[in-house]
Amino acid sequence: MKNLWISLKFTLVMCVVLTIGYVLILRLTATVASPNDGEAPVVELNGKVVGAANVGQVFTDSIYFWGRPSAVDYNGGSSGGSNKGTNNPEYLADVEARINAFLEAHPYLERKDIPAEMVTASGSGLDPDISPRGAEVQIRRVAEARGMSEDQVRRIVGKTIQKPWLGLFGTYKVNVLKLNVALDEAQNRELLP
Amino acid sequence: MNTEILGVILQWVALVALSYPLGLYIAKVYKGERTWSDFMAPVERWIYKLCGIHPKEDMNWKQFLKALLTVNVFWFVWGMILLVCQGWLPLNPDGNEGRSPDLAFNTTISFMVNCNLQHYSGESGLTYFTQLFVIMLFQFVTAACGMAALAGIMKALAAKTTKTIGNFWVFMTRSVTRILMPLSLLVGILLVINGTPMSFDGKQTLETLEGNEQVISQGPTAAIVPIKQLGTNGGGYFGTNSSHPLENPNAFTNILECWSILILPMAMVWAVGFYIRRKKLAAWIYGVMLFAFTVGVCVSVPQEMNGNPQIDNMGIAQDLGSMEGKEIRIGSGASAMWGMVTTVTSNGSVNSMHDSQTPLSGLLQMLNMQINCWFGGVGVGWMNYFAFLIIAVFISGLMVGRTPEFLGKKVEAREMKIATLVVLMHPFLILVGTGIAAAIAAIHPEIGWLNNPSFHGLSEMLYEYTSAAANNGSGFEGLADNTPFWNISTGIALIMGRYFPIVGQVAIAGLLASKKYIPESAGTLKTDTFTFSLMTFVVIIIVAALSFFPALALGPIADYLSF
Repeated sequence: MKNLWISLKFTLVMCVVLTIGYVLILRLTATVASPNDGEAPVVELNGKVVGAANVGQVFTDSIYFWGRPSAVDYNGGSSGGSNKGTNNPEYLADVEARINAFLEAHPYLERKDIPAEMVTASGSGLDPDISPRGAEVQIRRVAEARGMSEDQVRRIVGKTIQKPWLGLFGTYKVNVLKLNVALDEAQNRELLP
Repeated sequence: MNTEILGVILQWVALVALSYPLGLYIAKVYKGERTWSDFMAPVERWIYKLCGIHPKEDMNWKQFLKALLTVNVFWFVWGMILLVCQGWLPLNPDGNEGRSPDLAFNTTISFMVNCNLQHYSGESGLTYFTQLFVIMLFQFVTAACGMAALAGIMKALAAKTTKTIGNFWVFMTRSVTRILMPLSLLVGILLVINGTPMSFDGKQTLETLEGNEQVISQGPTAAIVPIKQLGTNGGGYFGTNSSHPLENPNAFTNILECWSILILPMAMVWAVGFYIRRKKLAAWIYGVMLFAFTVGVCVSVPQEMNGNPQIDNMGIAQDLGSMEGKEIRIGSGASAMWGMVTTVTSNGSVNSMHDSQTPLSGLLQMLNMQINCWFGGVGVGWMNYFAFLIIAVFISGLMVGRTPEFLGKKVEAREMKIATLVVLMHPFLILVGTGIAAAIAAIHPEIGWLNNPSFHGLSEMLYEYTSAAANNGSGFEGLADNTPFWNISTGIALIMGRYFPIVGQVAIAGLLASKKYIPESAGTLKTDTFTFSLMTFVVIIIVAALSFFPALALGPIADYLSF
């Protein structure tokens, strides 16, 4: 009985200690040091918020670069992967269908050019990035749809590629939303007198 | 050199290099020696006073266990009530509802045993209140509970002959104030700077570039992520855990979070060595664990980076490795590394979907959990190894005709029986559970649990029970596990897998401590040698391989052979 009484008091005291000594400190840190006051960081175009920087979104328009397939259709209120095993025949048929769809949208490509990440779903279903190669294969389609030259688009892609941490650790990546915003901005500038 | 592989090597080096000084610090904390964190002493005195704890009062092993079990029963009631009632409690800007009783049962048990079997998604299944005062609170205190049990064992093993093994409440308090809280704060601040959300506002609603509406869940994420890793709990704030881009925004945070999983279990091995003044023994134990862990990494990382052979056959470019269920900013190499780190410890957080990893990686993940003592959960991992040590001492003693002794204490029938029961309980829970589930799935194929057919379907069920019994919490998440059958049966496996070993191991230590100390002589079997370490390794492999090999052959191995 004595132990039970201590258990109750100990648990309540821990709630207080952790709230003040941990949660509150982190919350205060967020107000000074976090990119967006503790909320998910966002990306803006012409002063309007067009998405969360770290959360992928659906792109289907041919003037935009596309992200990876998503098992939850980029629903940011949920998250999830396909959880399909490597040998699952149903899954392999899905991938085959995605390859064909990708080839149809990019008729200038051959199968061996398609990077696997563009036809496989990410773990979170919210992957904001593609690899530099995933962007490279889409350049011609985007340039044609926008009436820009391939070199112009390629320059913008080049500027958007993010290097691994300290240039040494991790992967090279391209944030799809930031790339598309950079494209829109570049074209807006051109259209203005 | 490939920057993905460099990232993996960096994680390994940072773990090995920092575990030693941290181990020294932890030993000092439990001994009550002077450390830099002494400024916490007034806070601790205040906690003792408010709770009515007498810090000078030492407990014998039975009193120690009684306190441990009582507080755990209390936490069960606490978690059940808050989860079922969460809909009416404050800090619920998204208006999420209370839990069904069977799911509340599973979640409470799961976090009470410092596991994170999550048959729900954090975005919709919890409120900010329950995220903080059930999930985060349990992530701190239940990790501290495991650490306190190990501290008691350390004290028992360090003494020549003793009846008492320290004060449970004091060990608990110090684990939180001196180890878990300062480290979590450091990791949390780094996460906040890198853009992990830390606010109490509800979901953000945005209009995307193409003009669609997108809703984004957020909340006090940066408070949960550090402790879920450091306390080897693993319970993600979001449904997809650390593969979620808000929970783990970039390559740096991935390295930091992965480091946080394994650092304390690694440091604990050194801490025991310093505490009981047997550094050489600790070095050998550390060596065996590190060897087994590293072998797993060296197999799994190339498997994932080489990609899925079935996709290769389709003739597309798989340069980045098997990317199904993985994130670009993390990459296949670091995903495989995390898979090993999270299963050697009983952590269970994920940064990729294990269900979609290649079969050999899945095999190693299961094997790591089935062995469950390559570093293991914070505190409890070393204790699982301790049970194998006792068995190895006994077998070697019989083989060379010497009285089995460990640290100057005779190992006799009573300790041996407890150790054997503890070791055998684990395969029993996993194999019987999987057997029953497989039988039900075979008789009623319409039940629709499995997301994948054939061998991989069996792996999904085997993984679930392995994860529950090992208190790991990761899953082959394709399994539709939020049903009363899975919630209750894995709940039972979780309880048995947690308390049976803790009680057994503390009892062995308590029994050994009260025996007469026999000074080392020429007839003593030396435990801090290469030969004995190899012996322990072999005992572990034989027990695991013999028990689990048939099941693994039907699951991941058959899956691998069908490429």
